[in-house]
Amino acid sequence: MTANASTESEFFFARAGLQQLIDVLRTRGYKVVGPTIDQGAIIYDEIASVDQLPQGWTDQQEPGQYRLERRNDEAWFGYVVGPHSWKRYLFPPLATVSVADKTAAGWQMTSSPDPSPKYAFLGVRACELAAIKIQDRVFLGGAYVDPIYRDRREQAFVIAVNCTMAGTNCFCTSMNTGPRCRTGFDLALTELPDGFLIEVGSDSGSEIVRELQARVAELAESQAAEQARLQAELQITKKLDTTDIRNLLLTNLEHPRWADVATRCLSCTNCTMVCPTCFCTSVSEVSDLQGDHVERHRQWDSCFNLDFSYMNGGNVRNDIRSRYRQWLTHKLASWIDQFGSSGCVGCGRCITWCPVAIDLTVEVAAIRGETP
Amino acid sequence: MADRPKLAVFKFASCDGCQLSLLDAEDELLAVAGAVDIAFFPEASSRMLPGPYDIALVEGSITTAHDAERILEVRKQSRFLMTIGACATAGGIQALRNWGDSAEFLRAVYARPEYISTLTTSTAVADHVAVDFELRGCPINHHQLVEVLASLIAGRRPRTPTHSVCLDCKRRGTVCITVAQGIPCLGPVTQAGCGAICPAYDRGCYGCYGPVKQGNSEGLGDHLVASGHHPSDLVPLFRNFNGYSPEFRAESDRLAARAAQGD
Amino acid sequence: MNLSPLMTHAHAAVADNPWLSQTVRIESITAEIPEVATYELAFVDPVLAARYRFLPGQFNMLYLPGVGEVAISISANPNSRERWAHTIRVAGTVTQSLSRLQPGATLGLRGPYGNPWPLADCLGKDVILVAGGIGLAPLRPVIYELLANRAKYGNVTLLLGARTPEGLLYPGEYTDWQAGGIEIESTVDRASSEWTGNVGVVTLLIDRLPLPRPDQTVLLMCGPEVMMHFTVKSARKRGLADKQIWLSSERNMQCAVGLCGHCQLGPTFVCKDGPVFRYDHIAPFLKVEGL
Repeated sequence: MTANASTESEFFFARAGLQQLIDVLRTRGYKVVGPTIDQGAIIYDEIASVDQLPQGWTDQQEPGQYRLERRNDEAWFGYVVGPHSWKRYLFPPLATVSVADKTAAGWQMTSSPDPSPKYAFLGVRACELAAIKIQDRVFLGGAYVDPIYRDRREQAFVIAVNCTMAGTNCFCTSMNTGPRCRTGFDLALTELPDGFLIEVGSDSGSEIVRELQARVAELAESQAAEQARLQAELQITKKLDTTDIRNLLLTNLEHPRWADVATRCLSCTNCTMVCPTCFCTSVSEVSDLQGDHVERHRQWDSCFNLDFSYMNGGNVRNDIRSRYRQWLTHKLASWIDQFGSSGCVGCGRCITWCPVAIDLTVEVAAIRGETP
Repeated sequence: MADRPKLAVFKFASCDGCQLSLLDAEDELLAVAGAVDIAFFPEASSRMLPGPYDIALVEGSITTAHDAERILEVRKQSRFLMTIGACATAGGIQALRNWGDSAEFLRAVYARPEYISTLTTSTAVADHVAVDFELRGCPINHHQLVEVLASLIAGRRPRTPTHSVCLDCKRRGTVCITVAQGIPCLGPVTQAGCGAICPAYDRGCYGCYGPVKQGNSEGLGDHLVASGHHPSDLVPLFRNFNGYSPEFRAESDRLAARAAQGD
Repeated sequence: MNLSPLMTHAHAAVADNPWLSQTVRIESITAEIPEVATYELAFVDPVLAARYRFLPGQFNMLYLPGVGEVAISISANPNSRERWAHTIRVAGTVTQSLSRLQPGATLGLRGPYGNPWPLADCLGKDVILVAGGIGLAPLRPVIYELLANRAKYGNVTLLLGARTPEGLLYPGEYTDWQAGGIEIESTVDRASSEWTGNVGVVTLLIDRLPLPRPDQTVLLMCGPEVMMHFTVKSARKRGLADKQIWLSSERNMQCAVGLCGHCQLGPTFVCKDGPVFRYDHIAPFLKVEGL
């Protein structure tokens, strides 16, 4: 788990140092997960080499649209965020929560024997650091702790990468989550044409840096990094007005906009699946043929599913209007009651990956009475 | 139900793929065979006991006058009637004829069309008799069939998924082909069941498991047109294995009308 | 976490994994009203049995491996130490399968979960309990507590409503409850020929209830939504404020610990913020269709 240790000065390593970083982490038993190109997008997957990074590629995003494009340089991290998020690794889409076996003494229940992988995440953006913090509050912050999340989270090594560009659907500045990586990492990198500026965020981060051929950064390098980060901030154009947003939404539960968005929304669950903070699940029973060995499988679920609210022969949220309303009001309003912050980090994934291009910032503006 | 419920399997116009799925179930089939009395299943056994039956599985659509009479008799003989597959549930791929000239098809295909006695439509079983449960898929998923039979025997609600194909794409980590590649896909409005196979191979979902409950086919059609697809190109997307299901039929008809208006 | 030395590795695992059930055995099954039976469950592990405590209004997750879990309110005496009563109506897959089990069968149990009835707020006050049908089940532990410490509370009245006289839950205990100092009024929607009591909705009983000090009265209710809706209306007319009214609500609890998202109602997770709510806290969200 990341701690906020005192940061010494900033460090610098040449581009070749990135492979060294991956090697050091792998030697220490980490599965390194980072950005790589697959299926026409930059996704997160296990990597062993910098050759697997999306070097020279960027992502062009619009509501409902994502395209890879060549950059005019050889940047490794010259994109924003893709369809995957780190929750895939900390909060896996399928996990076994318990196992039951029928014995002579009756049913015996035990915890799942599934081991928890030790991950190093390479390329975590500021909005994603914020998303991990939000899921920390959900899974670790209450009276009951989710053991699957906890075991993965405690072991995880987080290498943040500051954005040096922004996408059309980015609005982290509205949610106060970015683009600058400030806390919640072990190491934070800023990519420069000839190398990386490194900030250390924890003792374990500092330990790793000592193993790299890194030197203290020169002032010009620090300034160049600051310029690159500033560029990202200046490129952000999308806004979500969060002024009194909790009351705005919870006092407008019968607003006509909910019926309007329901004519466009497919209730397909894509926004909730790509959201780095959405945490709803359902558990199903999986048994052998005799029914003597049963596993309880927890899978990602979504408030957009009709049966998600099934109770006593009926569905509480029995139309798309009520399901979209549930999602948006939970994400932006009741999340504040439940966990003390918004559930939205402004990453824009729900906008890009909505197959019909619904943009939550536009929906909120409409409820606010502003013409989009 | 007496000791073991009497099960019968009936075939109408279909490719037999769904019955084969049941036979493919192997291990599960043995368990099913132990739990039910397979009284009538011509594809599997020469044993053909008369009705009434506790559970009837009906494969295939109604395409002839004889089918239309026979399904009435099947219904009379069956306490619980379940359709299996897209043909029985929605008319199947052969329901494409419902939009065409069936006499012309006969002339084109058969040397002696006068020997062929057929209705001009292929329709779902539910258009003819009451159906107690529809098991979706083209073909059906045998795990789901076993689950539904087990639930019937246990007298509980079957646990078959009712969510969209999109959820399964996301769980398995498939990147959305509509968003990333612009490929039209029926996934958002199609019920899961296949495990989201096609998008993982860069193919749009064909809608094999039929429309998801409370789906929004119109919303999907509108957006695809707005993003540059011609309505006439989208008609075949909805007119597929489940094209004659009420939801997909309405949307394909709407798109066809837009195309005719020169939209 | 404070673990007693008695706790073995298995007991530590309970605290560690909120998804993990413990084995309980069905000690007895008592048929109650139609489709409803009370199951007394006992922990197989004596350490767990000795450690288990619950507060009136809390619920357990009962687990039938291969079938699933269901949230069931605890209907036992809070001072029980060996057997824990759960009154269950056959309503879904799990309860259906449960209804086929016999004493001696084992199943899983996790709990207790949720917020209890506000018994501390009832001290020195008059207490009205309003129960519709099986809604009496989560209130029964309150009745046992009131009886055990009767002198600490003012007038206690139990208002019971049911569709038919056969739908009145726990009729064999009413005499004991009355003898212990609880006033009982009941009413049914449809009377049989032998029924000599009230006919009509339970709210009529509130309308004619002697209420000597409405500002010192607490009303606890559980039953069908429409019953609770009209109970609030009648109670308000009799001078009770919304903050004096508490209800136990139902939602599709799945994880019971606020981690799965299913049971949300507005900003609340019914599993951990409820199931018992003060009416004024939940009222704005109860009235919104499809929330």
